[in-house]
Amino acid sequence: MSTPYAKLPAWADYGLIPVINLFVAFVVAGFVVVLVGENPFRAAVILVQGAFGKGTGIAFTLFYATTFIFSGLSVAVAAHCGLFNIGGEGQGYIAGLGIGVVCLAFDSVLPWWLTFPLAIVAAAAMGALWALIPAYLQARRGSHIVITTIMFNFIAASVMVYALVGFLKPLGSMAPQTRTFLDGAQLPKLNWVIELFGAKIRSAPLNVCFLLALLMAFLVWLLIWRTRLGYEMRTYGHSAKAARYAGISETRIVIIAMMISGALAGMMALNPTMGDQHNVALDFVSGAGFVGIAVALMGRLHPVGIVLAAILFGMLYQGGAELAFEMPAISRDMIVIIQGLVILFAGALEHMFRPYIQALFASISPKTVGIEAVKGKGA
Amino acid sequence: MDFFIAIVQILDSTIRLSVPLLLACLAGLYSERAGVFDIGLEGKMLVGAFAGAAAASVLHSALLGLGTAILISVAFAMVHGFASITHRGNQIVSGVAINFIAAGSTIMLGQHWFQQGGRTPALAPGERFEAITWPGADALRDVPIIGPIYSELISGHSILVYFAFLMVPFAWWVLYRTRFGLRLRAVGENPAAVDTAGISVAWLRYRALICTGILTGVAGAYLSMVQNGGFVKDMTAGKGYIALAALIFAKWKPVNAMFACLLFGFLDALSIRLQGTPLPVIGKVPVQFMQALPYVLTVILLAGFIGKAIPPRAGGVPYVKER
Amino acid sequence: MAQAAIELIGINKSFGAVRANRDINLEVARGTIHGIVGENGAGKSTLMSILYGFYQADSGEIRVGGQPASIKTPNDAIALGIGMVHQHFMLVDNFSVLENVILGAESDALLKRSIAKARSELERLEREYGLEVDPDAIIEELPVGLQQRVEILKALYRGAEILILDEPTGVLTPAEADHLFRILKQLKEQGKTVVLITHKLREIMAITDTVSVMRQGTMVATRVTKETTVGELAELMVGRRVLLRVEKGEAEAGAVKLAVKNLTVKDQRGVTMVDDISFDLRAGEIVGIAGVAGNGQSELLEAISGIRHAVSGSVMLDGKPIDLTGKADPGELRDRGLAHVPEDRHHVGLVLAFEENENSILGYHDDERYLKGPLLDIDAIRNDAKDKIAKYDIRPADCRLKTANFSGGNQQKIVLAREMEQDPGVLIVGQPTRGVDVGAIEFIHKRLIAMRDQGKAVLVVSVELDEIRSLSDRILVMFAGRIVGERGPEATEGELGLLMAGVEQREAAQ
Repeated sequence: MSTPYAKLPAWADYGLIPVINLFVAFVVAGFVVVLVGENPFRAAVILVQGAFGKGTGIAFTLFYATTFIFSGLSVAVAAHCGLFNIGGEGQGYIAGLGIGVVCLAFDSVLPWWLTFPLAIVAAAAMGALWALIPAYLQARRGSHIVITTIMFNFIAASVMVYALVGFLKPLGSMAPQTRTFLDGAQLPKLNWVIELFGAKIRSAPLNVCFLLALLMAFLVWLLIWRTRLGYEMRTYGHSAKAARYAGISETRIVIIAMMISGALAGMMALNPTMGDQHNVALDFVSGAGFVGIAVALMGRLHPVGIVLAAILFGMLYQGGAELAFEMPAISRDMIVIIQGLVILFAGALEHMFRPYIQALFASISPKTVGIEAVKGKGA
Repeated sequence: MDFFIAIVQILDSTIRLSVPLLLACLAGLYSERAGVFDIGLEGKMLVGAFAGAAAASVLHSALLGLGTAILISVAFAMVHGFASITHRGNQIVSGVAINFIAAGSTIMLGQHWFQQGGRTPALAPGERFEAITWPGADALRDVPIIGPIYSELISGHSILVYFAFLMVPFAWWVLYRTRFGLRLRAVGENPAAVDTAGISVAWLRYRALICTGILTGVAGAYLSMVQNGGFVKDMTAGKGYIALAALIFAKWKPVNAMFACLLFGFLDALSIRLQGTPLPVIGKVPVQFMQALPYVLTVILLAGFIGKAIPPRAGGVPYVKER
Repeated sequence: MAQAAIELIGINKSFGAVRANRDINLEVARGTIHGIVGENGAGKSTLMSILYGFYQADSGEIRVGGQPASIKTPNDAIALGIGMVHQHFMLVDNFSVLENVILGAESDALLKRSIAKARSELERLEREYGLEVDPDAIIEELPVGLQQRVEILKALYRGAEILILDEPTGVLTPAEADHLFRILKQLKEQGKTVVLITHKLREIMAITDTVSVMRQGTMVATRVTKETTVGELAELMVGRRVLLRVEKGEAEAGAVKLAVKNLTVKDQRGVTMVDDISFDLRAGEIVGIAGVAGNGQSELLEAISGIRHAVSGSVMLDGKPIDLTGKADPGELRDRGLAHVPEDRHHVGLVLAFEENENSILGYHDDERYLKGPLLDIDAIRNDAKDKIAKYDIRPADCRLKTANFSGGNQQKIVLAREMEQDPGVLIVGQPTRGVDVGAIEFIHKRLIAMRDQGKAVLVVSVELDEIRSLSDRILVMFAGRIVGERGPEATEGELGLLMAGVEQREAAQ
């Protein structure tokens, strides 16, 4: 009696609907392209070619995707526990503080493979710490986590400005950023992997963080679907009352989930700092935390989906840069618009097309859709 | 006397800085009291600012600019409504989407139309809202105490400033003294009660969002057509979120909202004024600390350490008929 | 008979594959109180929601006062003089009575004038029908009975000639219910038509002129109340002779397993829900707690199972105390052999979005059996679930199916299988067969008795008197948070009914 929507086959639910939503987002984006007087089809071709046409493009695409995998996983872990962590941006930004301190302290004495684990721990710890307070306030005092994490994004920004114009900045420098890291805090590139396939790469920042991101995706899958903790998180995410009944402590589970989420958001800071710029600079996160929301929604909160969605967004970033170069009327801000449209259609409007698709399925084969309801009735 | 002048100057810039917050905060008040959370205030303000400045510079009219700002901002509010009211989507997600679309499209269209790196052309006099000098302001200027207060604080603002402050009692009156306000508050608390009373929940919430759109439009217009004389990319710079914080701080009440926005505006004014100057006793206060203070205060409030902010009960939840 | 106020002709309504109303015909005479009875899910509320314009019928015709009526929204219904008092009140809690009454029926765009008009109108209604309530009181500060009165005032203020009440006494104390009935009679005398939806036959007999019986979406009969009996109505409602009795032998009560002493529990609002309750539960017996819903049974169960904070008193499980601070770990109580089948399986006992096998370990998910190192042992969990599915005949026999896709009876079996198979010393069960089909009821009852015969202590809370009488070795009756009597299984329905209505207590108070 309780299912308002008839059930669709899993492939339609997890494949067809997201693809349709994505398609609509791109159609609307196409109209924006028309509005600025360019040909959307040509733009699409340039975009895809820019992202995947050359080895360098692929490497850049995967470099961007690396950051988005982290931020997407971060949003997903919290979401499985029923929490909307909109603070990935701030958690990632503040993690730069930990990374900066570790790298500045050790880059002259340790090799990268020792600095890197230290930096991972520092980044994860800072991110987790920044998520801890909103988590605690949500669990113990009922403060809405969306609002507190937004507030913490701004507080993080202030703290980072304070640090970067203050103690993190080398003496006498005017730029609000750390000095360039030495070899001991520069992560090795992964471009040779792509070169194995015969592609040529000039210089692209794809680095070992990509592997770390894939590892994290696997660990998140393991956590959510294969561990007791993940089971408890999902239980709480679906029903707080059921969690209470099952003996799951609300405070504990909210805090742990948010800290894992924050740690993942923190780790996204490794890629642009140690992997690419080799410093910690003002605004280095540049919205990647928010992209995580789009990536997680697009990927249906599943690590595999998130990796695919992150690559899609990496493609948009890389192809978008190419596009801005080829079509001057289209700036990189086009990507921001597309992100917004994807969040709108894959997130807020995710059910818009569902009734039509269900009607379509029902008309093609009444059995597929009707069967669940029939099962539900008989006992 | 210098100290007094300094105070008046700080208060004057407090007013100027709190106006966009106040307009956005009241905008959020309408939608959130109707049960629709709106973290898209930022984006709606931004498109308002862009549309206002763009239209004013092309049409050479401040009023037409303001009208366009309102129109576009309302259109974005309707997108939010379409997603979160008609299709019962997640209101937070929809708000985030709107902020993204606003941030990207203003720069992109700005660059396409004006070729100034996302800026709109500087607005000429007549294309922006000028300060209004009240009768006798100049004559009174040199009178001690009253003079500066009258000529600096009260006189000499643009029409939109007075509009913003008039919107406070107006919002109060609408909310607590009219049929529309009664229904709006009811739908934010218990939409089922409104539905069974024979009123359309969706239409009521859409109307609340129209109010939100109008006010964010004016807030945007203020930024680009009063404070700045043109649109600059990302010029809202988080003001939509501060307005949201102020709304919580004000416990969703109009008069409180004014005081919260004045407080946050004051902190902003103070931090600009104090940049680098040491304070007695405390010493030098980092600018960043002052900038973060509104957010910190809001978190402390949310934590329940200074009173309790209880949001409208049906807030954030799409209305579904139960059976 | 007087002219018909409402006629419903051939009403059909489906929700997905579920046919909530099938070809319903109903005629309600003007100036009468007409009862509609039926079990939960019989389609009563759906039918009335169609009449009130909350839903649209798929087919059929509605006539009001002899005229065909098109009721698309509650507004149409209100315009036709139909008012409805919903089971869950449709009030804005932080509004005043006056504000609630005028909401949607404001006479003016400005509140001042609307309120002034409403105030005098309200005074008139109060006088006419004995509906006293302070017009400036805030709803959330009023007791439930008065809140309901506001709902009635709302309908009358809109000029309702036909008043529909959906399960109005579910939340009322007997005294409040009596007052409500007096009001309804007064309304009838003034020429209003009242439609009363309930599943309580006693109310029907006490107040209605005619009664219609619904069963599984169909209208099975309409009777003149004076010419029918509770027995006949009950039979019509369930479609079989009631009083199903499961064969069971004598109880052999053993040692005390659970000892409740002077337990007092308050709810979120600070209202005392459980008031100084003491009883023992022994091995090898089933103790049933009877009572009208909302008399503290839910809170009692939650306190015993460690979910809810108790103000005072103690609960001993096998001689050792249970933490009553509300911070008890239900997991630890499970380890100590206390299993709990909660009343609300949709939100508490199950996670409907989970696969069946995931629900079969809820609460026992940290058990060694289901773990392999730091990970869940998926194979062990699924095999375990399959075993339970076979043993409890859960259908469909698919442990990967989403729990939401099982019927109510099978969902309840999933919970019972999980809790019973842990071999607990004490099993507490809230509403064992609520929303469960007949076949499954018998199965569940037999299982509970089998538990007892294995020497387990079983505590059953149910609002179904038949169930309590059929299962229990001892019956405790709860009223207003207290245990007002203890009876053996031979107690008659009438005797228990009086206790449940708090009759003895009220007499003692006078």
